[in-house]
Amino acid sequence: MRSNVRLAVSVLAVTSMVALVGCSTAADGDGGTQTLKIVYQETDSFTALDTLFTKIKPEFEASHDGVTVELQPIQANDDDYSTKLALSQQSGETAPDVFYEDTFRLRSDIDAGYLLNLDEHVAGWDDWSQFNEGARAAGMGDDGSIYAVPLGTDTRAIWYSKPVFQAAGIAVPWQPETWDDILQAARAIQDSQAGVVPFNMYAGKGTGEGTVMQSFYELLYGTGDQLYNEDEQKWVVGSEGFKDSLGFLKTLYDEKLAVTPAEALDANVWKKVFGELFPQGKLGGTVEGSYTPSFWQEGGSYAWPEYVDDMGVAAFPTQNGDAPQGVSMSGGWTLAVGAKTENADLAFEFLTLALNRENALWYDINNSQIAVRADVASEPSYLEANPFVAAVTDLVSVTHFRPATSDYPKISAEVQAATEAVITGQLSVDDAAAAYDAAVEGIVGSDKVTD
Amino acid sequence: MTAELIVPAPAGSAPAGRAGRRHKPATPWRLLPVVPAIVLLLIFLAGPVVWSFYGSFTNASLTGVNAQNPAWIGFDNYLRLFSDPVFPLSLGLTVVFVLASAIIGQNFLGLGIALLMNRAHRFVAGVVGTCVVAAWVLPEIVAAFVAYAYFSQDGTLNQLLNALGMTGPNWLYSFPMLAIVLANVWRGTAFSMMVYRAALNDVPIEITEAAMIDGAGGAKRLFLITIPMIRSSITTNLMLITLQTLSVFTLVWVMTAGGPGNQSTILPVMAFQEAFRFSDIGYGTAIATVMLLIGAVFSIVYIRALRPSKG
Repeated sequence: MRSNVRLAVSVLAVTSMVALVGCSTAADGDGGTQTLKIVYQETDSFTALDTLFTKIKPEFEASHDGVTVELQPIQANDDDYSTKLALSQQSGETAPDVFYEDTFRLRSDIDAGYLLNLDEHVAGWDDWSQFNEGARAAGMGDDGSIYAVPLGTDTRAIWYSKPVFQAAGIAVPWQPETWDDILQAARAIQDSQAGVVPFNMYAGKGTGEGTVMQSFYELLYGTGDQLYNEDEQKWVVGSEGFKDSLGFLKTLYDEKLAVTPAEALDANVWKKVFGELFPQGKLGGTVEGSYTPSFWQEGGSYAWPEYVDDMGVAAFPTQNGDAPQGVSMSGGWTLAVGAKTENADLAFEFLTLALNRENALWYDINNSQIAVRADVASEPSYLEANPFVAAVTDLVSVTHFRPATSDYPKISAEVQAATEAVITGQLSVDDAAAAYDAAVEGIVGSDKVTD
Repeated sequence: MTAELIVPAPAGSAPAGRAGRRHKPATPWRLLPVVPAIVLLLIFLAGPVVWSFYGSFTNASLTGVNAQNPAWIGFDNYLRLFSDPVFPLSLGLTVVFVLASAIIGQNFLGLGIALLMNRAHRFVAGVVGTCVVAAWVLPEIVAAFVAYAYFSQDGTLNQLLNALGMTGPNWLYSFPMLAIVLANVWRGTAFSMMVYRAALNDVPIEITEAAMIDGAGGAKRLFLITIPMIRSSITTNLMLITLQTLSVFTLVWVMTAGGPGNQSTILPVMAFQEAFRFSDIGYGTAIATVMLLIGAVFSIVYIRALRPSKG
């Protein structure tokens, strides 16, 4: 009995010691060697960055003695990736040295103190002059300092299936002039081909930022209204354009011109669009990014060589055909150096290696990015990467950027909620717009909204 | 336990025996063996609770200025919560979820299966038991994917219905609450079943037989003998499954993610969304604190209900 008690005590004591010790010791820099932690996103359809980093890791380690590059891909969708990244920033032990960051979260994360100011570093970087002005601004914080360097940018356009359009008696190449042109084409497809989704546009919280970037903002910015008034630095509420845009989505879904609302709310609906619907000729058109060919080209996740002939690209029209007769949205991802890094110089060196001419060219081609380096943009192999490079690059002239404020991610989530409420019929267009207005006021305060 | 139940000892006598042993004054040394356990509990159980409570009074955030310098904002998070239109909905859905899936579904189904298994052929009982326990053995994430695959648009359920010539709706979209309630019943019934099987095994056969000889029918024996005798097991079980169900998250997140709209946003899902989707840690912890209080209220009710049976 006594020995049992003793045994129990010692077991308890030992386990608790182990547990306590386990909590306190994390990998300390084991003398002499330095470790660079690289955190980035990897999904079954986005492996280009992983390939790039895996390629340059041995190069970097060979040229830097005693340095280990630790690649930490996070397998998650965009939302979960940013959450995991933010959580890893909470402690110096887990914070990355170099990480992959969406431009729309930059300002918010700069405010949070996660990003290192790179002003001094880029000043001594020869290649920096190759980056165009828009690209430099994309990595800039509210204070005018540089915090991140873009890998590339993108635009959004209508991608349509030529065989489906032709079967509906619509002439290709097709370029809608107004929202009504889209609806008419979609209805013609609906009438002529059963089992084909005529024209899909994302909606709801499932597709996250895709819902706003590849759907709602193309509508909103074509109405003459906007999300954010840059001059007044206030968020726009109660606009007619917001309601019209919701109304357009409602029409698409109510008339069954898009996928069913249940499918739309599935976070993986875009995989269905690229992987099944377009290749099988079951979808007329959708709004998607300039990176679309990356899924279909050789080595892509849904390789489909016929896309070159079967797909067409068109600018998204403004509501009533007003100037500039096209709407696009641009975003893009950057590489940044973590504020908690102990090897800022080394981390920046890794970043410059990943973004040098050769690597940027490879990445822009393989991930169908619009180049932001002048020397890459003029490279013939980039221009000939796929037949759509010229068309989607032209859209830069009508493109818009998301409001670069730290409140933006929350407001975007409210827009997504509004689209979900409308397409599922839970709220009328007016009620959803009113709920959005109230939510925005709750987030930024009543002095930061305007009519 | 068996002895206590069979012999209705005169009030006070049985506990007196136990209390007598406790009479020796507890020296500090006797606490020593539990110190490591207490330390671990304080660090891993009390710590997060205190942190969550503290966090709910700040505007801590995962991104933005507040991530760097969270400020004390008093009851603002709670005021915002109580005026949030999603909160009453979410609270209601949580209550429905707990009532329907735990207190009604798991509890009664578990008791029913346990009663039937007592009568069933050993082979049948073994097969049924294995089937029920299989859902419990699965890790929650796997169980969630299984349930998703069963209820989704092209899922098993709709394929079965198709084979019968019927077209099923998209359960996760059209009836999200029904789907998650059924999934939780499926997953959790094994626990209640095992608790009740153990309790029923402790009901002495002599008493049941005596009742039979006195002419008590099946229903009478169940309500007058069996249920009163396993009362404390019922309350303990109810408490455990209520608390388990209050904290169900993975199952719902994988199946519906709280949607469509907010139609299946139970409190844990709402807390997760606010904290990690909208990066509002302070608000998320406020919801978590409210959940903690709801759990505490349930526990107190059950513990009170347990007390008299000890007499």
